[in-house]
Amino acid sequence: MTDLRQHFEDTIAADHRIEPRDWVPDAYRKTMIRQIAQHAHSEIIGMQPEGEWITRAPSLRRKAILLAKVQDEAGHGLYLYSAAETLGADRGDLTEMLISGRQKYSSIFNYPTLTFADVGVIGWLVDGAAICNQVPLCRSSYGPYARGMIRICKEESFHQRQGYELLLTLMRGTQAQRDMVQDAVNRWWWPSLMMFGPPDDASPNTEQSMAWKIKRHTNDELRQRFVDMSVPQAEKLGVTLPDPLLKWNSDRQHHDFGPIDWDELKRVISGDGPCNAERIANRRRAHEDGDWVREAAMAHAAKHSGKAVA
Amino acid sequence: MSKNSWPLYEVFVRGKRGLNHVHVGSLHAADDEMAVHHARDLYTRRNEGVSIWVVKAADITASSPDEKDPFFEPSGDKVYRHPTFYEIPDDVPHM
Repeated sequence: MTDLRQHFEDTIAADHRIEPRDWVPDAYRKTMIRQIAQHAHSEIIGMQPEGEWITRAPSLRRKAILLAKVQDEAGHGLYLYSAAETLGADRGDLTEMLISGRQKYSSIFNYPTLTFADVGVIGWLVDGAAICNQVPLCRSSYGPYARGMIRICKEESFHQRQGYELLLTLMRGTQAQRDMVQDAVNRWWWPSLMMFGPPDDASPNTEQSMAWKIKRHTNDELRQRFVDMSVPQAEKLGVTLPDPLLKWNSDRQHHDFGPIDWDELKRVISGDGPCNAERIANRRRAHEDGDWVREAAMAHAAKHSGKAVA
Repeated sequence: MSKNSWPLYEVFVRGKRGLNHVHVGSLHAADDEMAVHHARDLYTRRNEGVSIWVVKAADITASSPDEKDPFFEPSGDKVYRHPTFYEIPDDVPHM
């Protein structure tokens, strides 16, 4: 083993952080770039499902909250792109890989937001699942990613709470509003469970990622944690989670839950979800429509710096 | 890299008076002024700072990680720079 590789292995073993200019194996660099880019893309695409409701939010209070939340998603995407760039990735290339479909984003954002209750359920369940996934990533072995995750987790807490509060408000409303919440829960529950990825026995990269400490828990562990957290929250809210097999198992001290439709996850990931084409088309259009702005700003900067020198 | 890609800036934020500026991340901007504005929008959305520095990443000179041991070697063997190097009787007050 070379000195450089030994130093890398020792750093990981001591639970120290890998920093940008350290030597790392090619596979670690590639895996980290893919993980961080996919996460960044998810934040950026994740602005769309909720962003659609900003103009239709039912009050100025809800509009301001939603605007702040969607702005946070943009911010999270940028923290993460910034972390990916410390590994040598180019920002323009990452955007290109997203809009050409060569890099993925979380499958959850390919579902439509049909009512305003979806905004609340996304905050409660989707952001709740994201928090389960992300809190352990604050201890990722890659320093810039771990630091970005600490910022993100602090801000996500507001996201989840505003969603749950929105739902509590609707549940105190009319029967039609309560039905709207239940309908949204029915549609988002299973896709939220899929956010944790395939089951452990079908997740071939987990072992290497755990060894590198860029993943701290398996998909199934995190999924179980999420189910156990969500059940009492659903009870308090007064909604039913759409799973007849969901029940407390006192032997395991966990909730049992029904089988997940992995074929659906595969379909949605491979491009056949309800909104895949729309999400990418919007992102592509935003990027292309912004081209003249980027060009004009560069021209302005060039002219300005020319003056400063002269 | 596309023709319109903006340069990378590193961002440093002073959290409050009395603290140092600390590196918080990076961003792209066409020029220095835009970089400060973007840094405000991106890194201080919740009153995280009272002052921001931005500097083009290309203008930073850093020590090389490859030579970290020899580079920091000179301070490694100077134990007499630390107060614990000196033995003072316990009954000497205020020291």
